Amino acid sequence: MRRVYLDNAATTRVAPEVVEVVVAYMQDKYGNPSSVHEFGRTVRRSLQTARQQVAELINANCPGEIYFTGSGTEADNLAIKGIVLNGEGKRHIITSAVEHHAILHTCEDLEENHGCRVTYLPVNGYGMVDPASVREAIADDTALVSIMYANNEVGTIQPIREIAAICREKGVLMHTDAVQGVGQLPIDVQADGVDMLTLSAHKIYGPKGVGALYVRSGVKIRPIIHGGGQERGLRSGTEGIPAIMGLGKAAELARLRLPEYGERLTRLRDRLITGLLERVPYSCLNGHPVKRLPANANISFSSVEGEALLLDLDLHGIAASSGSACSSGSEAPSHVLTAMGVSVEEARGSVRLTLGLETSAEDIDYTIDTLAAVVERLRAFSPLGEKGAQHV
Amino acid sequence: MYNDIVIDHFTNPRNTGELADADGSGKVGSPTCGDIMMVTIKVADNRIQDVKFKTFGCGAAIASGSMLTEMVKGKTITEALQITDAMVAEALGGLPEPKLHCSNLAASALHEAIKDYQAKQNG
Ligand SMILES: Cc1ncc(COP(=O)(O)O)c(C=O)c1O
Ligand SMILES: [Zn+2]
Repeated sequence: MRRVYLDNAATTRVAPEVVEVVVAYMQDKYGNPSSVHEFGRTVRRSLQTARQQVAELINANCPGEIYFTGSGTEADNLAIKGIVLNGEGKRHIITSAVEHHAILHTCEDLEENHGCRVTYLPVNGYGMVDPASVREAIADDTALVSIMYANNEVGTIQPIREIAAICREKGVLMHTDAVQGVGQLPIDVQADGVDMLTLSAHKIYGPKGVGALYVRSGVKIRPIIHGGGQERGLRSGTEGIPAIMGLGKAAELARLRLPEYGERLTRLRDRLITGLLERVPYSCLNGHPVKRLPANANISFSSVEGEALLLDLDLHGIAASSGSACSSGSEAPSHVLTAMGVSVEEARGSVRLTLGLETSAEDIDYTIDTLAAVVERLRAFSPLGEKGAQHV
Repeated sequence: MYNDIVIDHFTNPRNTGELADADGSGKVGSPTCGDIMMVTIKVADNRIQDVKFKTFGCGAAIASGSMLTEMVKGKTITEALQITDAMVAEALGGLPEPKLHCSNLAASALHEAIKDYQAKQNG
């Protein structure tokens, strides 16, 4: 059976060049970068290389603006809590309704337990934030605006430059969770004008359990993890060197791959989207048709349930994910699709297919054929008919 | 996540569809996740002669519908009414805990179908 991994937004396969680096820093260069001896000093220099590699990928002004963390989630937590609790006393946060839970649940905690006020900006039918709504929401006590670079479920790319320009003008800090955008889009923190940016290694063919926060020089941010003062006091804890070195290597490879990588994925993605929409009646694309991540296709099929689709795809060797409640074991369908105004039924029949480095045109064609057959099979015994609930 | 029995009923569901000349039909939806189950029955001599199901739902819901139809065929009305959600899940060899609510639809839809049949008898 053919095996097709189309869940690269969940995580990616670590590149062989990265594995080599990670192993070397476990086996041979195992020193603690804080140590004064040569074992430590070598690793301390390497750490600086990794910082440089990440800085170059996003065009940071200097490597010192990169802080390694234990995950993308931790970098998001640090960005938000580190600013809100920095002593300036500003307690208002502006974010969007479609952020990753790493942002949303952090904001909810600050709201419930730390006396913060949070504005969750709505999105349009494509999942896009209106920059004008950011301007309107900014108040005297706004500490931070945090809007994701691109959405992990529907792939919609946000108008980050416009939003960042408004923040600059108003003197408000701007953070962007670019976990899904980094590696696929040509991100330039200086041209984009953001003050902070989150990235995560395991979405760009690096190891799991390591991320980074870009913090523009001069931004006043407070640590959320205290201890030995590593990462210039912002993130204590002995540096996870093998993973960090892996992230550095993955960042370098990502930079060298762009922009051809994005162009290649976009072609494959459009072949997949067009193929599915043509082959399967009563299917529709979720998210923006062009302002979307090169790797992301998210399609709803009426009258069938996402978890059943995923299960059947899995039995055919295809790995995908879904915004359905039953697939996540939760009670409500995806908060992203809901915020976009997608009906509950349409949200339940959504499938996210995310492409990667190893995806071939044959994989795409196999997926189109298989998914079309699976939808047809499940619709045959759906009490909603093929058109869906709104039509019966 | 699912055992072989569940996967078998999911990939080859028995008795799918809707009986054209049904004596009773029942349709229920899960308030928790929105799964929908529909069961139609044909009754003769107080026995369920034929049964079919349709599902809009996850793998657990589909497998439960299929298993239910196998369990209920040939049973008397009294016996059929004794089939519970737990019995369907057990016949499937168990389901993951967060999926139990999805399997709860099958027996309920059957009981609705029987109620519908009985109402028609008395009406
Ligand atoms: C948009 C976004 N933000 C944050 C994260 C969390 O990153 P990590 O898995 O490294 O904690 C993810 C990954 O799922 C993501 O897609
Ligand atoms: Zn279900």
